[in-house]
Amino acid sequence: MASGFILTTTIFLPLVFAVAIFFLPKENIKGIKLVALSGSIVTFLVSLFLFFGYEAAMGGFQFLHKFTWISSLNISYFVGIDGMSLLLILLTTFLIPLALLGTWNSIEKQLKGYSIMVLLLELGMIGVFASLDLFLFYIFWEAMLIPMYFIIGVWGGPNRIYAAVKFFLFTLFGSVLMLVAIIWLGYFASTVPGGQFTTNLFDLYRIAPQLPINLQMWMFAAFGLSFAIKVPVWPLHTWLPDAHVEAPTAGSVILAGVLLKMGTYGFIRFNLPLFADASLRAMPFMCLLAVIGIVYGALVAMVQTDMKKLVAYSSVSHMGFVILGIFSMTEEGLQGAIIQMVNHGLSTGALFLLVGMIYDRTHTRSIADYGGVAKLMPVYATFLMVISFSSIGLPGLNGFVGEFLVMLGSFKSTLLDNRWFAVVAGLGVIFSAVYMLWMYQRLMMGPAHSDGLYGGHHLTDLTKREIAVLVPIVLFVVWIGVFPKTFLSKSAPLVKHTVEQMESVNRGSPIRFAGSLQVQSGK
Amino acid sequence: MNLYASLIVVFPLLGFLILGLFGSRMKNEKLIGFLGSGTVGLSFFLALVLFFQMLNVEPEQRKQIVTVFTWLSTFTGSSSSFSVNISYQIDQLSILMTLIVTGIGFLIHVYSIGYMHGDRGYWRFFAYMNLFIFAMLNLVLADNFLLLFLGWEGVGLCSYLLIGFWYEKKFTGDAAKKAFVVNRIGDFGFIIGMLLIFSTFDSLNFSTVFSGAALLTMGNTTILWITLLLFLGAIGKSAQIPLYVWLPDAMAGPTPVSALIHAATMVTAGVYMVARCSILYALSPVAMEVVAIIGAITAVFAATIGLVQNDIKKVLAYSTISQLGYMFLAMGVGAFSAGIFHLMTHAFFKALLFLGSGAVIHAMHDEQDIRKMGGLKEYLPITYKTFLIGAIAIAGIPPFAGFFSKDEILWKTFSSEQGSWVLWLLGVFGAAMTAFYMFRLVTLTFEGKRRFNHHLHPHEAPKTMTVPLMILAGLSIVGGFVGIPHWSGIEHWLDPVFSPAQYKLMSGENSGGILEYLLMAVSVGIAAVGIYAARWVYLQRIEIAASLQQQYPRVYRLLLNKYYVDEMYDVVIVEPAVKTSEEILWKVVDVTLIDGMVNGSAKVIGAIAQTLRKIQTGVVQFYAVVFIGGILFVITWLLLK
Repeated sequence: MASGFILTTTIFLPLVFAVAIFFLPKENIKGIKLVALSGSIVTFLVSLFLFFGYEAAMGGFQFLHKFTWISSLNISYFVGIDGMSLLLILLTTFLIPLALLGTWNSIEKQLKGYSIMVLLLELGMIGVFASLDLFLFYIFWEAMLIPMYFIIGVWGGPNRIYAAVKFFLFTLFGSVLMLVAIIWLGYFASTVPGGQFTTNLFDLYRIAPQLPINLQMWMFAAFGLSFAIKVPVWPLHTWLPDAHVEAPTAGSVILAGVLLKMGTYGFIRFNLPLFADASLRAMPFMCLLAVIGIVYGALVAMVQTDMKKLVAYSSVSHMGFVILGIFSMTEEGLQGAIIQMVNHGLSTGALFLLVGMIYDRTHTRSIADYGGVAKLMPVYATFLMVISFSSIGLPGLNGFVGEFLVMLGSFKSTLLDNRWFAVVAGLGVIFSAVYMLWMYQRLMMGPAHSDGLYGGHHLTDLTKREIAVLVPIVLFVVWIGVFPKTFLSKSAPLVKHTVEQMESVNRGSPIRFAGSLQVQSGK
Repeated sequence: MNLYASLIVVFPLLGFLILGLFGSRMKNEKLIGFLGSGTVGLSFFLALVLFFQMLNVEPEQRKQIVTVFTWLSTFTGSSSSFSVNISYQIDQLSILMTLIVTGIGFLIHVYSIGYMHGDRGYWRFFAYMNLFIFAMLNLVLADNFLLLFLGWEGVGLCSYLLIGFWYEKKFTGDAAKKAFVVNRIGDFGFIIGMLLIFSTFDSLNFSTVFSGAALLTMGNTTILWITLLLFLGAIGKSAQIPLYVWLPDAMAGPTPVSALIHAATMVTAGVYMVARCSILYALSPVAMEVVAIIGAITAVFAATIGLVQNDIKKVLAYSTISQLGYMFLAMGVGAFSAGIFHLMTHAFFKALLFLGSGAVIHAMHDEQDIRKMGGLKEYLPITYKTFLIGAIAIAGIPPFAGFFSKDEILWKTFSSEQGSWVLWLLGVFGAAMTAFYMFRLVTLTFEGKRRFNHHLHPHEAPKTMTVPLMILAGLSIVGGFVGIPHWSGIEHWLDPVFSPAQYKLMSGENSGGILEYLLMAVSVGIAAVGIYAARWVYLQRIEIAASLQQQYPRVYRLLLNKYYVDEMYDVVIVEPAVKTSEEILWKVVDVTLIDGMVNGSAKVIGAIAQTLRKIQTGVVQFYAVVFIGGILFVITWLLLK
């Protein structure tokens, strides 16, 4: 129980600092910035306790914290983390300070509100990854939409209102259906002998095998739609390029870095263990959408003229790998999917930071406005090079670890039993090199502009602050690429259990999802 | 021994890290050059020590595996799940490759100290070169496919960085990108090949896979697919038809880079990989045939282009493609050790030729067109003599290095079970052209009349450049002696590596007696004719070349424009892909269809709302009327019911 407080502290620390900012005068720009940054750094440091305290060998959910919230409906504040939640929470707490520091001077209006929104967003995201009660999960899931809506809608680009509304409606549409499904699921729990209405995930894991298949299909669709929009799975992705282009840099970093993972996280946390039969049936369909997304996203990314749009479409492609990995339902595929979530957060987060840094200097995102920048900004060019190759999936850097495991998983999957998915996904390997290197070439190589002006501005190389933002990301890019064990070993127990469950369901003798074995220590 | 093996790999990595992180602050060129070449030199020294240690033990004990740590795995502990180590395998083949990579690599590094003098990116150059060596060492020393692939992609990365080294120039960016992307097409095959290997053998370790494969029957379909997919990777990396197009463009990089790519690293990777997987290829006769045919055709095809090129480096580039074709021909006819032998001698003379061409370009102040040279032997005596030795070696004149290796390949092509006289004929034809274009190059560059401006004053290169040339020239002369027919030290040395494959192929020592010597005489004679013809035409009867051009303008243009293959790829693949992505996928599917539906449904809802909104007039009297009307309706309905 005591350890559970660390988790709850991590979740609500951003709120404490947000409140502190609320009481600061809005003229105190420096004070607001410092409080926001130190708040996010403190949150990161506290979350490190989770990382070092989580015992991967034991597996299951740890740091459980539970108290009753709405007793009549059996709803409680119930949080806890396993390896996957851990990695994603760490990713969140790691990226937020970098996003704040990386855009230190980018926000010019209403900084106070902006800083509060970013911290509230962090609270929502950590909450999503830690919730073990579906009702609580839903609250965090929805609550997080609001700050994101404002970040895009208030601090975004010229077309921000359209983008913000589109983002909001797309995601809300999905989540309303999920709410219906949650209530239905809770109600179903009360219909089994001796059951009562519940949204406790462990209880639901227990009764899940009794869900009739047609009900499972509906639930899979309701949850799945909500998650698929978030990922985004092709063809539900069109909100993403707009949202990214209009969002301020920090918004894009958080959106790409963390928000998209909530969708894929949801599939692994809820859809697979709760609706195992339905998941097995949906498997080829989901894999099909995944590989379409991989190829389609890459091809469309190739022809973009706006840097942010290019990176946005590349996200569609990369997240396709995550979906493919999940629905290969093999240890390789799921491990690859989970590490690919982290990788995409790091690489794409860094890419958006890099785009933001050069945009701050030139105020243009059009690729055609550049050329020969490497000569003027050699340090920037080096960072962009490393991150580009991380995104391309060069062995030795992080991207390869995820992509290769995913391809291997879907190739050898006996449940999927179709090797072509992996082969088509492999085409992404070629296309990602094309669009990233083409962009790199058009931005960095060739002769520099003769007047030295880009978008009417002179270029200066990265500042110490900007380098300080990028170096930690590059360190992790290399760390995961060379020694992924540190991270993969955390999620291994979850993956092993999930695959065992899926295979048992497929054999027709379902076993209960093993995550619930940890429930005793929570009560 | 374990320590040495890891250190061989570590030194160049250290060099890269030190130069990459602190190089920009090092103002002293000498220090950078010393660091850059010193690390590779140390690796070479360690490799030599290791080699002599191996010589002292029995052949069966020469193979060693050094595991460093677990790299990629699911870490779930399940028995059948994936796991791969960073671990290095020292055996007869990998030590030979290591010696070539670090030895030739070291000489190229030393040469670069002089060649790159004064360049703005001096430190960057040596950092990339060190990384290149590091990647290549991983490739040749890996004990599993995935680590080999790390090196494989690593050399791709380094070639990208080094081809695009002078990034301000317009075409270097294109050339660098092209090199990486075309290689990636091959890598796609390699990756799928690895997936198939793992799902077949549950492992990516060489020892497990190869011993598992040895139990399979000839003509196994899975093995056929594996070998073809891996070969796709080899085609990309080793620049064979149809993926050779990146290599000529790669000349955009500094000349030492070309030497490194063509001689010691990168392009030899595909040949090495096929040799490493010899047992797999031996099990699939169809794949062997494909390898041999692609190799033979590439050998001839690239040579024809080499006949008419005017850029000194381009001629050498096509010659590399052609020579790699010979190596694959060797692999395809089951002459694995002959292929590796040729890889080695080729490394000597091709490094020599490229570095020599660099000295010429250096002296001519960046002129590369051989039509604007001539008579350079007076100005560059050392470069001329060493270049001439390289040319004789590649032409296959005994007793120079190229003769022994090429002749071994041709003989095996003729005599082995997998070979045929057609392939042999192609090989001999290619050899004749090789002799011709090389001596066209030598003659036009160094001999005859001076065709350049007097003010150029070409001068011989500094010692750091000429000494490596002389060493390489020495190797090009004597390097072939390790493979004299019927004594062949190198074949004997490599025997433990290739014997499982040879056993499957049932090929033994084929002594053709008089026939072998007869064919040898034919190929030497043909090479001599090629040399003589080139000298005669370009020294005495230059008008013949001109009149041939005029008589067959189409053929000439076809060759000069490299059969328009690049243009064809543009029209058939690149443009349609870009057009489809832009016009259809993005603008139609994304913007019109999907977003149209989204925005359309939003509009429909908006329109309904607009209509319904009219009811909300805000006039209280209207609401009262509707309210009363409603009550009346309900009452009436209840009464009538």
